[in-house]
Amino acid sequence: MTTQLGKPMLRKEDPALLSGRGRYADDLPVPVGTLEAHVIRSPHAHAEIVRIDATAALAHEGVWAVITGEDVRKLSDPFMAVVKSPIQQWAVAVERVRYVGEPVALVVAASRYIAEDAAELVEIEYEPLEAVIDPLAACGRAAPLLHPQAKTNEVHVREFAYGDTKSAFAQADHRIALTATFPRQSFTPIECYVVVAQHNPAKGSYDVLANFQGPFSMHPVMARALRVPGPKLRLRIPPDSGGSFGIKLSVFPYVVLMALAAKITGRPVKWVEDRIEHLVAASSGPNRVTAIEAAVTKEGRILGLKLDQLEDYGAFLRAPMPGPLYRMHGAVTGAYDIANVDVVNRVVLTNKMPASLIRGFGGPQLYLAIERLMHRIAVELKLDPLDVIRKNLIPAQKFPYRTAAGALYDSGDFLCAVEIATGQGRLDELKRRRDEARAQGRKYGIGFACVVEPAMSNMGYLSTLLTPETREKTGPKNGAVSMATVNIDPLGAVTVTADVTVQGQSHETVLSQIVAEELGLSVDDVEVVLELDTAKDQWSIAAGTYSSRFAGGTAVAAHMAAGQMREKIKAIAAKQLNVLPEDVELMDGKVRSRSNPDNALPFSRVAATSNWAPTLLPDGMQPALSETGVWTPPELEAPTHDDKINTSLTYGFIFDICGIEIDPLSYQVRVDRYVSMHDAGRIMNPMIAEGQIRGAFAQGVAAALYEEFCYNDEGAFLSGTFADYLVPTVSEIPPLEILHMESPSPLTPLGAKGLAEGNCMSTPVCIANAIADALGVTDVPLPATPQRIHDLMEGVTS
Amino acid sequence: MRRVNRNEKTRVTLALNGKKLSAEAEPRLLLSDFLRHALGATGTHVGCEHGICGCCTVLIDGVAQRSCLTLAVQVEGREVTTVESLAGADGALNPLQQAFRNNHALQCGFCTPGILMSFTDYLRRNPKPTTEQIREVLSGHICRCTGYAGIVKAVEEVAKSAP
Repeated sequence: MTTQLGKPMLRKEDPALLSGRGRYADDLPVPVGTLEAHVIRSPHAHAEIVRIDATAALAHEGVWAVITGEDVRKLSDPFMAVVKSPIQQWAVAVERVRYVGEPVALVVAASRYIAEDAAELVEIEYEPLEAVIDPLAACGRAAPLLHPQAKTNEVHVREFAYGDTKSAFAQADHRIALTATFPRQSFTPIECYVVVAQHNPAKGSYDVLANFQGPFSMHPVMARALRVPGPKLRLRIPPDSGGSFGIKLSVFPYVVLMALAAKITGRPVKWVEDRIEHLVAASSGPNRVTAIEAAVTKEGRILGLKLDQLEDYGAFLRAPMPGPLYRMHGAVTGAYDIANVDVVNRVVLTNKMPASLIRGFGGPQLYLAIERLMHRIAVELKLDPLDVIRKNLIPAQKFPYRTAAGALYDSGDFLCAVEIATGQGRLDELKRRRDEARAQGRKYGIGFACVVEPAMSNMGYLSTLLTPETREKTGPKNGAVSMATVNIDPLGAVTVTADVTVQGQSHETVLSQIVAEELGLSVDDVEVVLELDTAKDQWSIAAGTYSSRFAGGTAVAAHMAAGQMREKIKAIAAKQLNVLPEDVELMDGKVRSRSNPDNALPFSRVAATSNWAPTLLPDGMQPALSETGVWTPPELEAPTHDDKINTSLTYGFIFDICGIEIDPLSYQVRVDRYVSMHDAGRIMNPMIAEGQIRGAFAQGVAAALYEEFCYNDEGAFLSGTFADYLVPTVSEIPPLEILHMESPSPLTPLGAKGLAEGNCMSTPVCIANAIADALGVTDVPLPATPQRIHDLMEGVTS
Repeated sequence: MRRVNRNEKTRVTLALNGKKLSAEAEPRLLLSDFLRHALGATGTHVGCEHGICGCCTVLIDGVAQRSCLTLAVQVEGREVTTVESLAGADGALNPLQQAFRNNHALQCGFCTPGILMSFTDYLRRNPKPTTEQIREVLSGHICRCTGYAGIVKAVEEVAKSAP
């Protein structure tokens, strides 16, 4: 069927990246006269800013400006937010600081070294306030208010009811409940934020280079804050970015801050975030406390589910938050056939850094609750955990399956995936190892996790947080537009541009594969240029790289653009070959007659006709110079009146099994075996697919066992270096066995689904379930550090 | 040993990838900043500036070192080797680079130069390391994209073909 797709093709990106020829933001040339900035940050978790005196700093040689909240308030508007409230937020703190690390002032100087010298001369007087760190405490009446004008820290509450949960609970033999607490973490890209901003006073416009990742729905937020119409904020994304994992969305306040600094100083301003800044203030995934309860028959069938999800976004709820709370909304019943579910979604603010996008995006939090509950049901009812899973999984014949909350699961065979993964003696071997270990008195446990992995978000999902009446008033929000363009140059060479930001996902390679296949070329014949420029490239609010939108979005748009170009080339060639267009095919760099392959022309010759001899084109045809594919799948509908929402376009499936053992001396959790079964539809490049899965798995292990942003009760930040915030090295990542099956998505022409976030969702809870099995405990706090395991085993309560 | 004054710029002369270069540096200037911004060798990346991630690793007189923990003035008269030196003049990848490509040992590529330099040093001293030895050397680096498996396989591939 295909010649290019589905092959483990080596990456086109690699030769440059392996030779030090990448072009990351800090590698690019800056205008002559560019100044450098340093951010002064709050040492307090919560305090009034009484006074800022920059006199001495401004007198320091080489210093151009010290910019404070007062300047920012004069020159910009507060950031627009998704949840309407009287809370205002700006690019630096105004009047009050609300978390350790919050920007308080910006020193702009001839060099970063000078700016940091001068920062020590800025006198800032604070009046400390009581801080609140714990999300449950922050909801209490006695809690200090972060934003007194909001009159509460719990800034959003919405209740949803699907089916008849009340009756389900009345009928059930058992009610089984637990509370799952997901911690704060980041996946800390190795390249930190970089911004270079210029201001053109003659035009009143800004030109900013930043390693922003999207979504570009944030572009209007930045432009509004700068008080300019969109075209006057030209945002350019560098060709390479050193990882993102959701984190580089949150560079946006610094885009605005550096733009203002450029305006104030009249010079281009560059800022490169350092690691200490990144850890304390860049971004974090939100921590969540979920109270979950199931109504269950004595056989273990779930009749109804209740979830109360309290998500902690730190000091501000920045757009597009509370995304993680709603991104999974349609899929809130996970992989299970549950018709009745009640959900309460609550957002609370605390004195921690603002939380935002992170790989997995709401999935890890949701599945920690659901899959821990599945395990708990088995334990309480004395059933086999795998039987409880099997009894509740959505059966294959029900696909496409509409969930209670409105998601349309496009394809899959979950039970088959479970059979494959547990088969060939894999589960038996784990059980044997467990029995053997236990017979020797060692602590060994087996865990499972079932995860539905959504991809390509419906941009309308966040409007589910509004009441149906408000949605009626503000107009429906839905869909997600993906765009890619195929261009042909005067000698018939092909170039592709697309609405993604590069962060290591191999877009260049896969787009080459897709376009080359449609045009009968080799991947080396296709040049892919991905350095998005909002002034010159095609983009929509959905543009960027996040929520696994490439496979189901941009890849499809590129496929469409190349298909459009192919049809044009066929029509042009038909005239030149004296055959009908239906008889033309593109193959091996040639355009030829299907029935007489000797009747052929080189692709480049036919393609170049549009440049050199447009009058030879078929009547009425626009020259085949540029074709843009625009893809907007109809299944991404707006929320219904009864709050049902198809939150994503495609839904893959993952089933994980693992065996873990606890070291009796160090209390470390050692992952003995880990098997991850994936159904991500059609795989476009198996090598790249494996790379994405292994990367997500390492981050899932990190979330389960190592990484956590820790604050003490006063709000001091305790994870400020890589010596305190433990990113796993190779020594901490256990071996992984990956299995695949392919249920192609019927909703995308390529049949591909997302696969890069799944193990961020499945691995933390799979390991947690194994720990629960090993120790026979109900609660497994994550990350399960040796200290916490020790406390669990010795019955210490923290 | 040469004395340098705190507030004065000093001329630092070194051999960078075999070419003699010199530029002014304040005594406090990090070697990583000096390489990237004074000498234009941006292939060496900065990841943490506290010596943990290993991203900025370069060779100083053939030995792998963190350039973020080294001052520019410390390399006066010495040989510094960076990732830019690895490929041939025609851009052909060397066996270690090629093995990284073959085994999908990089995604975003930001941490990669440091890892390549660590193994460039290590494989010279131990051309046929065991998997355990490879993992031990690699544990001095943080990679957030790959989960490390491809990197281990890449170095194994090089070790296997070593004479």
